[in-house]
Amino acid sequence: MGKLFGVVVTIIALVSAGIILARVWWMPVDISTIGPRIDKQLDETMLATGVLFLSSQLILAAFTWKFGDDKERKIKYFPGGGGPLIAFAIILVGMEILVLSFVGSKVWASIYMTPPEQGSLQVDVAAGQFAFNFRYPGPDGKFGTVHPERVRDSNGNFFGLDPENDVDARDDVIVGTLTVPLGRPVALTMHSKDMIHSFYVPELRIQQDIVPGLTIPLHFTATKEGRFEIVCTQLCGLGHYSMRAFLEVLPQDQFDQWLKSQSGD
Amino acid sequence: MSSPEPAVHHHGPPQSFIRKYVFSLDHKVIGKQYYGLALLAVLAGLILSWLMRIHLGWQNAAIPLLGKLSPTGAPGNVMTPDYYLSLMTMHATLMVFFVLTTAPFAAFGNYFLPIQVGAEDMAFPRFNMMSFWVTFVAFVVLILSFFVGDGPPLAGWTSYAPLSSVGGVAGPGQGTGQTLWAASIAIFCIGQLLGSLNFITTTLDLRTKGMSLARMPLSTWGWFVTSVIALLAFAALLPACVLLLLDRTAGTSFFSSAGLVVNDQVLPHSGGSPLLWQHLFWFFGHPEVYIAILPGFGIISTILPAFARKRILSSRAVIGCMVAIGFLSYMVWGHHMFVSGMNPFSAVLFSLPTLIITIPATIMVLLWLGTLYGARMRYTASALFCVGFISVFITGGLSGFFLAQPSLDTYLHATYFVVAHFHFVMALAAMFGIFAGTYFWFPKMFGRMMNDKLGYLHFWITFVGVYLVFFPMHYIGIMGFPRRYYTWTNFETFSGFADLNFLVSVAAIMTFGAQLLFLFNFIYSIFRGKLAPANPWNSNTLEWTTPRHPQHGNWPGEIPTVYRWPYDYSKPGAESDFIPQHIPFSETPESNLPHENELIKLEGMEGAIVVEEKKH
Repeated sequence: MGKLFGVVVTIIALVSAGIILARVWWMPVDISTIGPRIDKQLDETMLATGVLFLSSQLILAAFTWKFGDDKERKIKYFPGGGGPLIAFAIILVGMEILVLSFVGSKVWASIYMTPPEQGSLQVDVAAGQFAFNFRYPGPDGKFGTVHPERVRDSNGNFFGLDPENDVDARDDVIVGTLTVPLGRPVALTMHSKDMIHSFYVPELRIQQDIVPGLTIPLHFTATKEGRFEIVCTQLCGLGHYSMRAFLEVLPQDQFDQWLKSQSGD
Repeated sequence: MSSPEPAVHHHGPPQSFIRKYVFSLDHKVIGKQYYGLALLAVLAGLILSWLMRIHLGWQNAAIPLLGKLSPTGAPGNVMTPDYYLSLMTMHATLMVFFVLTTAPFAAFGNYFLPIQVGAEDMAFPRFNMMSFWVTFVAFVVLILSFFVGDGPPLAGWTSYAPLSSVGGVAGPGQGTGQTLWAASIAIFCIGQLLGSLNFITTTLDLRTKGMSLARMPLSTWGWFVTSVIALLAFAALLPACVLLLLDRTAGTSFFSSAGLVVNDQVLPHSGGSPLLWQHLFWFFGHPEVYIAILPGFGIISTILPAFARKRILSSRAVIGCMVAIGFLSYMVWGHHMFVSGMNPFSAVLFSLPTLIITIPATIMVLLWLGTLYGARMRYTASALFCVGFISVFITGGLSGFFLAQPSLDTYLHATYFVVAHFHFVMALAAMFGIFAGTYFWFPKMFGRMMNDKLGYLHFWITFVGVYLVFFPMHYIGIMGFPRRYYTWTNFETFSGFADLNFLVSVAAIMTFGAQLLFLFNFIYSIFRGKLAPANPWNSNTLEWTTPRHPQHGNWPGEIPTVYRWPYDYSKPGAESDFIPQHIPFSETPESNLPHENELIKLEGMEGAIVVEEKKH
């Protein structure tokens, strides 16, 4: 039985790792400036854990194969006892941790702890059961004030604006697709009107919960044109699985045209 | 260090059927009751996962009889999105609380902790009885929540506020069902607090003569460290659930912020914080992972040497690792919240201790592998589950490296990668520990042996099955697919998952089938299994010194005195390849080490406590 276990574990380890090496199923295309650094971090972590995974599973396989119930053989003890193993674990895993967390923290800090660049495109995001809506400040460059009591999904006032009394709100552009220009930094401010939702675009490699009561910033720069899905990843009720919007990345001139046509209404 | 005198036992043997089998004070009966409850819960939890997998593998397939179970949840036998979420919520709640906490910790711990330390019973038998029956009430309340008129709860086992806190306006499942969910978990906390208090006191106060802390079997150490963790963890979850209940029923706003708008109406809440719930929940939730898995560490470390016929490599290091993991488990809850909206700097601080936990975990894996090296391993079903445990624990532990880094969590958070990770490291590893323990201790618990061949079959299907079910979830997660989705066809990005999902579903059904084999073997063997010898595995721990059916008080005569640690297997020079803990050194002169010969002098002395402080 021990021998069989050794064979089965070997097959499992090689097949699972092989599929990852061959990248049969892998991340979608990367479309953001921070994407390459996250992908590199993932690759390095994959390499480090992959080596540990294969070596430990194969050692387990070898030991179960070799050290079965054989009355003839004398019991052998691990050379040097537990001490060297403990030291080995502390040094090897310790180094790995230090390297990964040092590099990883820098990547993390560059996304979440750095303020958005000057001149970023400001977009306000409202999440609610079960849709995202996006707001651009319009020609005046100012967002109108949000009044929760004025929020009406039924008449499209997703942000609870008061254009009659609030000058800033009058030219706000509200759309259902997050349209952004290629290569220009985008600074989102996100809030939720009801439950916790989450803003996730796998292609951008970023994810951020949107917590009601808080205004949560997130910034990114898109590097590829196209249409990508924005996915909610925080359980928000029965329609959670269908809560999505699109991210549309356009060249700057087309974006300008689009924004103009929207404000013209 | 001295071992205290075992306290005199105060309650007499029970007479009536009810006192003997229902409201029993006997830790063995209570252990079995917990085990039975876990079996019931695991069966229910598995059926729920089965329904979810059928739904995901064969998109929107009609499932016969599902409409009978819930006419509103599955009209025409096809489940609705909210019913899917309810199945998921119930599956997770049942499994985490009523299986992974009760089986390895409460069931085995109750039965074997007192016997392994040489006690007649738990320190507080009445609390012990209450602990089980309170837990049972929690179970009943949870099951009720699944059948209430306004829909079963669907907010997940984490029940994030404000979805869970604002009540019925939040949608189906947020009415009575969610209230009962919160009540059930609060009641459950009380049960586990009573239990862990008992475990701690029993371990510290009721050890038999000679049973120093260092001589306790590692399984006992596992339950002991777990009970300390549980005492602190459930003490955090209990007030959290009470606050949630108040939010839901008394109009308070602990977890609901101001200005929530549902159906164009502003809700009358203000001043609460949804993140507060997450902090309280995960302050419990992360240690809970170790409540599930630490008994497994202990069980494996005790069983593996018995089958390897070899002492465990560095028993003290294993103890140190378990204590270190228990300690660190309280500093890492924030790694569940990297992208929750809390201060991003704290993510860096939570990341480091999370990664550091991998060091004691790695040490333990290496020590188990070192124990296997050069062993004469007898591969019974229990032994196979031990080595299987090592394999799934390695797999699950390593994926933790990804999720512990905020920079990768921002991509992998809330995807199937997380589902794969926690199923391997917590659910599967703990389940393998439970199975290893069940095949090992069944002869003690029921006086009969389980069928070997069925045990092997159960192991092989389960082992290959779980890799087929859960390893592909890593791939699905790496592609970015979110967990808790009713369907994957709604999104262009994820619509290509039909093959993987089908594979996972078929494997899940197969694996589930193997668990029915186990159930059959278990029940059949209770009545018809081969009669068990007194010590079927030639094991050293004290439970095998009790009669085949240990009665009230465990030992008919005097409680054995302990003279040695429990890992004297194949000791060089010894006649037998095992020397149980109660054999004095004076009887084994041929195999004694020099310092053990010194201890012989003390053995005959009246009242002398024989404690051996040499390192192993």
